[in-house]
Amino acid sequence: MDAMKLLHLLADDPRATVTDLADILGESEEEVAKTKDSLEAKKIICGYHTVINWDKTNIDHVDAFIGVSAKPERGTGYDKIAERIGKFPEVSSLYLTSGTSEFLLSINARTMREVADFVGEKLAPIDGVAATVTMFVLKKYKVNGVMLDMKAEIEDDRQLISA
Amino acid sequence: MLDYEKLISQKAKDMRPSGIRRFFDLAAEMPECISLGVGEPDFQTPWDIRDAAIHSLEVGRTKYTANAGLKELREEIGVWLQKRYGLHYDETEVLVTVGGSEAIDLAIRALVEPGDEVIIPEPCFVCYDPITTLTGGVPVPIATKEENDFRVTAEEIKAALSPRTKILVLGYPNNPTGAVLRHEDLEAIAEVLRDTNVIVLSDEIYSELTYGYRHESIASFPGMREHTIVVNGFSKTFSMTGWRLGYAAGPKPLIQAMTKIHQSCIMSAPTTSQYAAITALKDCDDDIEEMRRQYDLRRQYCVRKLNEMGLKTFEPKGAFYVFPDISILGLSSDEFCEALLKEKHVAIVPGNAFGASGEGFARISYAYSIDHLREAMKRIAEFVNEHKGE
Ligand SMILES: Cc1ncc(COP(=O)(O)O)c(C=O)c1O
Repeated sequence: MDAMKLLHLLADDPRATVTDLADILGESEEEVAKTKDSLEAKKIICGYHTVINWDKTNIDHVDAFIGVSAKPERGTGYDKIAERIGKFPEVSSLYLTSGTSEFLLSINARTMREVADFVGEKLAPIDGVAATVTMFVLKKYKVNGVMLDMKAEIEDDRQLISA
Repeated sequence: MLDYEKLISQKAKDMRPSGIRRFFDLAAEMPECISLGVGEPDFQTPWDIRDAAIHSLEVGRTKYTANAGLKELREEIGVWLQKRYGLHYDETEVLVTVGGSEAIDLAIRALVEPGDEVIIPEPCFVCYDPITTLTGGVPVPIATKEENDFRVTAEEIKAALSPRTKILVLGYPNNPTGAVLRHEDLEAIAEVLRDTNVIVLSDEIYSELTYGYRHESIASFPGMREHTIVVNGFSKTFSMTGWRLGYAAGPKPLIQAMTKIHQSCIMSAPTTSQYAAITALKDCDDDIEEMRRQYDLRRQYCVRKLNEMGLKTFEPKGAFYVFPDISILGLSSDEFCEALLKEKHVAIVPGNAFGASGEGFARISYAYSIDHLREAMKRIAEFVNEHKGE
């Protein structure tokens, strides 16, 4: 079967069941399950995530972006440092970027204090990390392609039947 | 009290009410009905295009444009037609209109004298026949055949030609069948027309919605540019039906004659839409690609489901319609669609609304989300099952 079609469908709707996907694609459920498993095993599909606006719950939540200046290591470049930073569960994404600092990471924590502790006690002491710049998120407008809490667009206001 | 019936012109009275309208009224009475009946995309207009329109309003672009449309837009249309279909039109050979609809109207009115014949392969979009009749022309339908995948053939056209033939309408990719004309079909048609005085009104409004096949315009065939008015627009390609913007491209004298009529009855196409359209042509290749991908998935889904439930459906290569043969239940198109609407609350359009040769078929639009299509297909399958063997 065409794995690209499956990928597109899952990108649009990660909750689609194997039964749904098989019906849409005209493939057997076994074939779809097999292809899906193989995409997961190859890490082409890396996860299925839920976009939650924690601000609407009473759970404390703080997000921040942190720019990290770092020096590459002989032989491994930035990969070794990246691995060390990425292991921390607070780090939700981590990128090597062009620009003023080498890494940009985002972290999810419960309080500002937690963020400060993470930077001071975990991130800054890593060998090769030279400097950090922390930017706290004040308000979220769009996350992973989803507009949070903005006026929704009209769903479908077409005439029932037209030429 | 005025007697309006006496006041209304005979021509207006003679226009036959569209079969689509009748179905619309039936469906409208059914509040929970799910429709597969539309002839327009479900996607929102890409944001870049809407943003360009908003910007044009912010800076105060609120006046008429040149009658033929903004020069920059006409130039961009020329670039687009060149890039996509290898056609060459400069800005004086392009007229920006209120939808492809107006371009069709202008082309017919600029060419047709009373008694002139307009060859119309059917089933087809519903406007060619009434506009021809309004101008005093005579529609000459060709019934295209299912065994040819609803492609009109050069032989059929040859047989329909007469000394009074003025226009041949070619509406491919086709509404309602989804048929397309292949290179060899166009070549054979060009061969038949090259030495005649017939003008092809080539309605290419679905030209970007083709699957596994790239659209070709008859105007790109040797000797055919002189014979062709290309009609296209923004409604389907860019999901811009409500913006009411289209265009015609063709030989300068024809475009000038059409512009004269347009000048008197329209002045100029909507200014905001014209600014938006420049962005559409320049910046939205990826949006087209993404919409095409989604349509293609739905197309394959619908063709498969309909065939599985026993409604023979050929694989359409264009537009966003499938055209199943619904005759196996022994019902006419009207009966089938009415019963489906009443029993399962699914609205589709009887094939005969697009010409007599559409009898025995129905048009199903797949310009809907896959979830919507799945629910509708489930209901149609139930309907077919319940009526089989009756
Ligand atoms: C074949 C065909 N031509 C032309 C049109 C007119 O489109 P518009 O006036 O929106 O450009 C339509 C719309 O449904 C169509 O299906």
